[in-house]
Amino acid sequence: MGDSVTATGRIEIDFERCKACELCVPACPKVCIGMGTAINRQGYASAVFERPDDCTGCAICAETCPDACILVWR
Amino acid sequence: MSAPPGKARFSKAVYARPRSLVDVKSHFCPGCHHGTIHKIVAECIDRYGLREKTIGVACVGCSVFLYDYIDVDVVESPHGRAPAVATGVKRAQPDKFVFTYQGDGDLAAIGTSEIIHAANRGENLSVIFVNNTTYGMTGGQMAPTTMLGQKTSTTPYGRDFRGDGYPIRMAELLAGLEGTAYSARVAVSTPAQIRKSKEAVRKAFEMQINGMGLSIVEFLSTCPTNWGMKPLDAQKRVLGEMSEYFPLGVFKERVQADFA
Ligand SMILES: Cc1ncc(C[n+]2csc(CCOP(=O)(O)OP(=O)(O)O)c2C)c(N)n1
Ligand code: SF4
Ligand code: SF4
Ligand code: SF4
Ligand SMILES: [Mg+2]
Repeated sequence: MGDSVTATGRIEIDFERCKACELCVPACPKVCIGMGTAINRQGYASAVFERPDDCTGCAICAETCPDACILVWR
Repeated sequence: MSAPPGKARFSKAVYARPRSLVDVKSHFCPGCHHGTIHKIVAECIDRYGLREKTIGVACVGCSVFLYDYIDVDVVESPHGRAPAVATGVKRAQPDKFVFTYQGDGDLAAIGTSEIIHAANRGENLSVIFVNNTTYGMTGGQMAPTTMLGQKTSTTPYGRDFRGDGYPIRMAELLAGLEGTAYSARVAVSTPAQIRKSKEAVRKAFEMQINGMGLSIVEFLSTCPTNWGMKPLDAQKRVLGEMSEYFPLGVFKERVQADFA
Protein backbone atom coordinates (compact mmCIF):
# COMPACT_ATOMS: atom_id res chain seq x y z
CA MET A 1 0.00 0.00 0.00
CA GLY A 2 1.04 3.61 -0.65
CA ASP A 3 4.71 2.80 -1.20
CA SER A 4 6.04 6.25 -1.77
CA VAL A 5 9.61 7.15 -2.63
CA THR A 6 9.58 10.44 -0.75
CA ALA A 7 7.75 9.44 2.42
CA THR A 8 9.66 8.70 5.61
CA GLY A 9 6.63 7.33 7.39
CA ARG A 10 3.37 5.55 6.82
CA ILE A 11 0.05 5.42 8.64
CA GLU A 12 -2.93 3.13 8.61
CA ILE A 13 -6.41 4.32 9.53
CA ASP A 14 -8.75 1.67 10.91
CA PHE A 15 -11.66 2.09 8.49
CA GLU A 16 -14.24 0.41 10.74
CA ARG A 17 -13.20 2.23 13.94
CA CYS A 18 -13.07 5.75 12.49
CA LYS A 19 -15.95 8.02 13.54
CA ALA A 20 -15.20 10.72 10.97
CA CYS A 21 -14.68 13.40 13.60
CA GLU A 22 -12.13 15.10 11.30
CA LEU A 23 -9.77 16.04 14.15
CA CYS A 24 -6.81 14.30 12.48
CA VAL A 25 -7.20 16.29 9.25
CA PRO A 26 -5.92 19.73 10.40
CA ALA A 27 -3.63 18.03 12.96
CA CYS A 28 -1.34 16.59 10.26
CA PRO A 29 1.38 19.16 9.56
CA LYS A 30 1.87 17.64 6.10
CA VAL A 31 -1.82 17.60 5.12
CA CYS A 32 -1.72 13.89 4.35
CA ILE A 33 -5.20 13.05 5.61
CA GLY A 34 -8.55 13.82 4.04
CA MET A 35 -12.12 12.70 4.56
CA GLY A 36 -13.34 9.84 2.42
CA THR A 37 -16.72 8.93 1.03
CA ALA A 38 -16.96 5.19 1.76
CA ILE A 39 -19.26 4.54 4.72
CA ASN A 40 -18.20 2.05 7.40
CA ARG A 41 -20.43 -0.23 9.47
CA GLN A 42 -20.88 2.45 12.13
CA GLY A 43 -22.27 4.73 9.44
CA TYR A 44 -19.32 7.10 9.23
CA ALA A 45 -17.35 8.15 6.15
CA SER A 46 -13.88 7.28 7.42
CA ALA A 47 -10.84 9.51 7.08
CA VAL A 48 -8.36 8.40 4.40
CA PHE A 49 -4.58 8.58 4.03
CA GLU A 50 -4.81 10.71 0.91
CA ARG A 51 -1.28 11.95 0.34
CA PRO A 52 1.15 9.30 1.61
CA ASP A 53 4.11 10.86 -0.23
CA ASP A 54 4.54 13.59 2.37
CA CYS A 55 4.14 11.52 5.53
CA THR A 56 7.03 11.82 7.96
CA GLY A 57 5.75 9.32 10.53
CA CYS A 58 5.56 12.07 13.16
CA ALA A 59 2.50 10.36 14.76
CA ILE A 60 0.72 13.64 15.49
CA CYS A 61 -2.41 12.33 13.76
CA ALA A 62 -2.36 9.20 15.91
CA GLU A 63 -1.92 11.15 19.12
CA THR A 64 -4.84 13.36 18.12
CA CYS A 65 -7.34 10.62 17.22
CA PRO A 66 -9.75 10.21 20.15
CA ASP A 67 -10.56 6.69 19.00
CA ALA A 68 -7.00 5.46 18.65
CA CYS A 69 -7.64 4.31 15.09
CA ILE A 70 -4.37 5.42 13.54
CA LEU A 71 -1.21 3.32 13.54
CA VAL A 72 2.12 4.83 12.48
CA TRP A 73 5.35 3.34 11.16
CA ARG A 74 8.68 4.84 10.26
CA MET B 1 12.12 -8.80 -6.62
CA SER B 2 12.68 -7.65 -3.06
CA ALA B 3 10.01 -7.39 -0.39
CA PRO B 4 7.29 -4.77 -0.90
CA PRO B 5 9.04 -1.45 -0.16
CA GLY B 6 6.24 -0.30 2.15
CA LYS B 7 6.78 -3.25 4.43
CA ALA B 8 10.56 -3.16 4.36
CA ARG B 9 11.00 0.58 4.71
CA PHE B 10 8.38 1.33 7.30
CA SER B 11 8.84 -1.49 9.71
CA LYS B 12 9.26 0.38 12.97
CA ALA B 13 5.97 1.02 14.75
CA VAL B 14 6.12 4.53 16.22
CA TYR B 15 2.55 4.74 17.38
CA ALA B 16 0.29 1.91 18.43
CA ARG B 17 -2.63 1.70 20.79
CA PRO B 18 -1.43 1.86 24.43
CA ARG B 19 -1.29 -1.61 26.02
CA SER B 20 -3.65 -0.51 28.82
CA LEU B 21 -6.31 0.73 26.39
CA VAL B 22 -8.61 -2.18 25.61
CA ASP B 23 -8.92 -2.79 21.87
CA VAL B 24 -12.65 -2.17 21.54
CA LYS B 25 -14.79 0.48 19.91
CA SER B 26 -15.84 3.16 22.41
CA HIS B 27 -19.36 4.50 22.86
CA PHE B 28 -18.16 8.13 22.87
CA CYS B 29 -19.59 10.49 20.28
CA PRO B 30 -17.34 11.39 17.33
CA GLY B 31 -14.56 13.77 18.38
CA CYS B 32 -15.36 13.58 22.12
CA HIS B 33 -12.23 14.29 24.15
CA HIS B 34 -13.11 11.58 26.68
CA GLY B 35 -11.50 9.20 24.16
CA THR B 36 -8.31 11.26 23.95
CA ILE B 37 -8.10 11.53 27.73
CA HIS B 38 -8.65 7.77 28.21
CA LYS B 39 -5.75 7.23 25.80
CA ILE B 40 -3.49 9.59 27.74
CA VAL B 41 -4.32 7.90 31.05
CA ALA B 42 -3.63 4.48 29.51
CA GLU B 43 -0.29 5.69 28.12
CA CYS B 44 0.79 6.98 31.51
CA ILE B 45 -0.23 3.72 33.22
CA ASP B 46 1.95 1.91 30.67
CA ARG B 47 4.83 4.32 31.11
CA TYR B 48 5.18 3.57 34.82
CA GLY B 49 4.34 -0.13 34.44
CA LEU B 50 1.33 0.32 36.72
CA ARG B 51 -1.22 -1.86 34.91
CA GLU B 52 -1.04 -4.79 37.29
CA LYS B 53 -1.23 -2.65 40.42
CA THR B 54 -3.75 -0.01 39.42
CA ILE B 55 -7.28 0.31 40.75
CA GLY B 56 -9.34 2.90 38.93
CA VAL B 57 -12.47 4.45 40.41
CA ALA B 58 -15.05 5.39 37.80
CA CYS B 59 -17.84 7.85 38.33
CA VAL B 60 -21.24 8.50 36.80
CA GLY B 61 -21.36 10.35 33.49
CA CYS B 62 -20.22 9.56 29.96
CA SER B 63 -17.04 8.01 31.38
CA VAL B 64 -19.03 5.47 33.40
CA PHE B 65 -17.71 2.62 31.23
CA LEU B 66 -14.08 3.21 32.19
CA TYR B 67 -13.90 -0.45 33.21
CA ASP B 68 -14.58 -1.51 29.62
CA TYR B 69 -11.82 0.65 28.18
CA ILE B 70 -8.89 0.74 30.58
CA ASP B 71 -7.34 -2.63 31.24
CA VAL B 72 -7.06 -2.34 35.03
CA ASP B 73 -9.31 -3.21 37.95
CA VAL B 74 -12.05 -0.60 38.32
CA VAL B 75 -14.55 0.12 41.09
CA GLU B 76 -17.73 1.89 40.03
CA SER B 77 -18.67 4.56 42.53
CA PRO B 78 -21.95 6.36 43.09
CA HIS B 79 -22.23 9.77 41.42
CA GLY B 80 -19.59 12.17 42.81
CA ARG B 81 -18.32 9.75 45.43
CA ALA B 82 -15.24 8.50 43.60
CA PRO B 83 -12.78 10.35 45.91
CA ALA B 84 -14.45 8.78 48.96
CA VAL B 85 -14.43 5.29 47.41
CA ALA B 86 -10.82 5.80 46.29
CA THR B 87 -9.89 6.87 49.82
CA GLY B 88 -11.13 3.53 51.12
CA VAL B 89 -9.37 1.57 48.38
CA LYS B 90 -6.05 3.36 48.85
CA ARG B 91 -6.12 3.16 52.64
CA ALA B 92 -6.93 -0.56 52.52
CA GLN B 93 -4.31 -1.24 49.83
CA PRO B 94 -1.68 1.50 50.04
CA ASP B 95 0.66 -0.36 47.67
CA LYS B 96 -1.86 -0.07 44.82
CA PHE B 97 -1.94 2.84 42.40
CA VAL B 98 -5.39 4.47 42.66
CA PHE B 99 -6.94 7.06 40.40
CA THR B 100 -10.41 8.49 39.91
CA TYR B 101 -11.83 9.66 36.58
CA GLN B 102 -14.65 12.18 36.99
CA GLY B 103 -16.72 14.60 34.97
CA ASP B 104 -17.54 18.15 36.01
CA GLY B 105 -21.12 17.34 36.98
CA ASP B 106 -19.70 14.51 39.04
CA LEU B 107 -16.77 16.27 40.70
CA ALA B 108 -17.92 19.89 40.84
CA ALA B 109 -21.64 19.45 41.55
CA ILE B 110 -22.88 16.34 43.34
CA GLY B 111 -19.37 15.37 44.48
CA THR B 112 -18.04 18.76 45.65
CA SER B 113 -17.88 17.66 49.25
CA GLU B 114 -16.04 14.40 48.52
CA ILE B 115 -13.30 15.97 46.38
CA ILE B 116 -12.72 18.89 48.74
CA HIS B 117 -12.36 16.69 51.80
CA ALA B 118 -10.26 14.05 50.05
CA ALA B 119 -7.91 16.83 48.93
CA ASN B 120 -7.94 18.48 52.33
CA ARG B 121 -7.06 15.18 53.98
CA GLY B 122 -4.19 14.85 51.54
CA GLU B 123 -5.31 11.40 50.40
CA ASN B 124 -2.58 9.92 48.25
CA LEU B 125 -4.69 9.62 45.07
CA SER B 126 -4.64 10.92 41.51
CA VAL B 127 -7.75 12.56 40.09
CA ILE B 128 -8.49 12.95 36.39
CA PHE B 129 -11.14 15.63 36.11
CA VAL B 130 -12.87 16.14 32.77
CA ASN B 131 -14.49 19.55 32.49
CA ASN B 132 -16.74 19.81 29.45
CA THR B 133 -18.95 22.53 31.00
CA THR B 134 -22.04 20.35 31.00
CA TYR B 135 -23.76 17.15 32.14
CA GLY B 136 -22.93 15.27 28.97
CA MET B 137 -24.54 11.93 29.70
CA THR B 138 -27.95 13.20 30.72
CA GLY B 139 -28.47 15.56 27.80
CA GLY B 140 -26.51 18.72 28.46
CA GLN B 141 -27.86 20.31 31.64
CA MET B 142 -26.02 23.19 33.35
CA ALA B 143 -23.07 22.21 35.53
CA PRO B 144 -21.31 24.50 38.04
CA THR B 145 -18.60 24.82 35.35
CA THR B 146 -21.00 25.95 32.60
CA MET B 147 -19.82 29.24 31.08
CA LEU B 148 -21.77 32.45 31.59
CA GLY B 149 -24.15 32.86 28.66
CA GLN B 150 -23.89 29.18 27.71
CA LYS B 151 -27.20 27.76 26.57
CA THR B 152 -27.95 24.36 28.06
CA SER B 153 -31.16 22.38 28.45
CA THR B 154 -31.63 23.91 31.93
CA THR B 155 -30.40 27.40 30.99
CA PRO B 156 -32.19 27.86 27.65
CA TYR B 157 -31.51 31.61 27.69
CA GLY B 158 -27.87 31.17 28.69
CA ARG B 159 -26.33 30.90 32.14
CA ASP B 160 -26.89 34.09 34.12
CA PHE B 161 -24.82 34.74 37.26
CA ARG B 162 -27.92 36.27 38.80
CA GLY B 163 -29.54 33.08 39.93
CA ASP B 164 -27.13 30.53 38.43
CA GLY B 165 -23.87 31.76 39.97
CA TYR B 166 -20.48 31.69 38.30
CA PRO B 167 -18.46 28.88 36.70
CA ILE B 168 -16.24 27.26 39.36
CA ARG B 169 -12.50 27.04 38.75
CA MET B 170 -11.88 23.71 40.49
CA ALA B 171 -8.14 23.41 39.78
CA GLU B 172 -7.47 26.74 41.51
CA LEU B 173 -9.92 26.00 44.33
CA LEU B 174 -8.28 22.65 45.11
CA ALA B 175 -4.79 24.14 44.80
CA GLY B 176 -5.74 26.30 47.79
CA LEU B 177 -6.06 23.27 50.07
CA GLU B 178 -3.04 22.19 52.11
CA GLY B 179 -3.50 18.48 51.36
CA THR B 180 -3.35 18.97 47.60
CA ALA B 181 0.08 18.02 46.24
CA TYR B 182 -0.46 18.88 42.60
CA SER B 183 -3.12 20.74 40.68
CA ALA B 184 -3.01 21.62 37.00
CA ARG B 185 -5.35 22.48 34.17
CA VAL B 186 -4.62 21.24 30.67
CA ALA B 187 -6.42 20.88 27.34
CA VAL B 188 -6.20 18.48 24.40
CA SER B 189 -7.36 20.70 21.54
CA THR B 190 -3.98 20.91 19.75
CA PRO B 191 -1.15 18.39 19.33
CA ALA B 192 1.06 20.58 21.57
CA GLN B 193 -1.60 20.64 24.27
CA ILE B 194 -1.95 16.86 24.10
CA ARG B 195 1.80 16.47 24.73
CA LYS B 196 1.70 18.95 27.60
CA SER B 197 -1.26 17.24 29.16
CA LYS B 198 0.66 13.95 29.20
CA GLU B 199 3.39 15.67 31.21
CA ALA B 200 0.77 16.84 33.72
CA VAL B 201 -0.70 13.34 34.12
CA ARG B 202 2.82 11.94 34.54
CA LYS B 203 3.50 14.55 37.23
CA ALA B 204 0.23 13.69 38.96
CA PHE B 205 1.05 9.98 38.88
CA GLU B 206 4.57 10.65 40.22
CA MET B 207 3.07 12.58 43.13
CA GLN B 208 1.17 9.48 44.20
CA ILE B 209 4.13 7.19 43.56
CA ASN B 210 6.18 9.47 45.85
CA GLY B 211 3.46 9.64 48.51
CA MET B 212 2.95 13.39 48.22
CA GLY B 213 -0.84 13.62 48.59
CA LEU B 214 -3.75 14.28 46.27
CA SER B 215 -2.97 15.19 42.69
CA ILE B 216 -5.53 16.49 40.22
CA VAL B 217 -5.38 17.23 36.52
CA GLU B 218 -8.34 19.17 35.14
CA PHE B 219 -8.85 18.65 31.41
CA LEU B 220 -10.76 21.23 29.39
CA SER B 221 -12.73 18.81 27.26
CA THR B 222 -15.35 18.94 24.53
CA CYS B 223 -18.90 17.69 24.35
CA PRO B 224 -19.66 18.32 20.66
CA THR B 225 -23.05 16.60 20.95
CA ASN B 226 -24.54 18.72 23.73
CA TRP B 227 -22.77 21.88 22.63
CA GLY B 228 -24.38 21.40 19.20
CA MET B 229 -21.04 21.84 17.48
CA LYS B 230 -18.85 19.93 15.08
CA PRO B 231 -15.81 18.46 16.87
CA LEU B 232 -13.40 20.93 15.25
CA ASP B 233 -15.59 23.90 16.25
CA ALA B 234 -15.86 22.48 19.77
CA GLN B 235 -12.06 22.48 19.97
CA LYS B 236 -12.06 26.13 18.89
CA ARG B 237 -14.40 26.89 21.77
CA VAL B 238 -11.93 25.29 24.18
CA LEU B 239 -9.06 27.31 22.70
CA GLY B 240 -11.12 30.51 22.83
CA GLU B 241 -13.65 31.38 25.52
CA MET B 242 -13.08 28.33 27.69
CA SER B 243 -9.32 28.82 28.14
CA GLU B 244 -9.87 32.52 28.73
CA TYR B 245 -12.03 31.80 31.75
CA PHE B 246 -10.29 28.58 32.79
CA PRO B 247 -6.58 29.36 32.32
CA LEU B 248 -4.23 26.46 31.62
CA GLY B 249 -1.33 26.01 33.98
CA VAL B 250 0.04 24.42 37.12
CA PHE B 251 -1.50 25.90 40.26
CA LYS B 252 0.28 23.81 42.85
CA GLU B 253 3.25 21.50 42.80
CA ARG B 254 4.55 20.12 46.07
CA VAL B 255 8.26 19.41 46.17
CA GLN B 256 8.48 17.69 49.53
CA ALA B 257 6.02 15.44 51.33
CA ASP B 258 4.53 16.73 54.58
CA PHE B 259 5.00 13.32 56.11
CA ALA B 260 7.68 10.75 55.53
C1 LIG C 1 -27.19 10.03 42.42
C2 LIG C 1 -27.40 10.36 40.97
N1 LIG C 1 -27.91 11.56 40.63
C3 LIG C 1 -28.09 11.88 39.34
C4 LIG C 1 -27.77 10.99 38.35
C5 LIG C 1 -28.00 11.36 36.89
N2 LIG C 1 -26.78 11.67 36.18
C6 LIG C 1 -26.14 10.76 35.42
S1 LIG C 1 -24.78 11.38 34.64
C7 LIG C 1 -25.05 12.91 35.33
C8 LIG C 1 -24.15 14.07 35.02
C9 LIG C 1 -22.87 13.70 34.42
O1 LIG C 1 -22.17 14.85 34.05
P1 LIG C 1 -20.60 14.91 34.13
O2 LIG C 1 -20.14 14.43 35.44
O3 LIG C 1 -20.19 16.29 33.77
O4 LIG C 1 -20.12 13.84 33.06
P2 LIG C 1 -20.08 13.93 31.46
O5 LIG C 1 -21.16 13.03 31.02
O6 LIG C 1 -20.28 15.34 31.06
O7 LIG C 1 -18.72 13.43 31.11
C10 LIG C 1 -26.18 12.92 36.14
C11 LIG C 1 -26.69 14.09 36.84
C12 LIG C 1 -27.26 9.73 38.74
N3 LIG C 1 -26.90 8.80 37.82
N4 LIG C 1 -27.07 9.44 40.04
S1 SF4 D 1 2.33 10.58 10.81
FE1 SF4 D 1 2.56 12.83 10.75
S2 SF4 D 1 2.88 13.31 8.61
FE2 SF4 D 1 2.11 11.20 8.65
S3 SF4 D 1 -0.11 11.43 8.38
FE3 SF4 D 1 0.27 11.42 10.58
S4 SF4 D 1 0.47 13.58 11.16
FE4 SF4 D 1 0.67 13.45 8.93
S1 SF4 E 1 -9.30 11.53 14.33
FE1 SF4 E 1 -9.64 9.31 14.25
S2 SF4 E 1 -11.87 9.03 14.35
FE2 SF4 E 1 -11.47 11.18 13.84
S3 SF4 E 1 -11.54 11.26 11.59
FE3 SF4 E 1 -9.40 10.96 12.15
S4 SF4 E 1 -9.10 8.74 12.15
FE4 SF4 E 1 -11.30 9.10 12.17
S1 SF4 F 1 -22.49 13.31 25.19
FE1 SF4 F 1 -20.73 14.68 25.17
S2 SF4 F 1 -19.33 13.94 26.78
FE2 SF4 F 1 -20.81 12.31 26.31
S3 SF4 F 1 -19.79 11.01 24.79
FE3 SF4 F 1 -21.07 12.48 23.66
S4 SF4 F 1 -19.70 14.21 23.24
FE4 SF4 F 1 -18.73 12.96 24.84
MG1 LIG G 1 -19.44 17.03 32.02
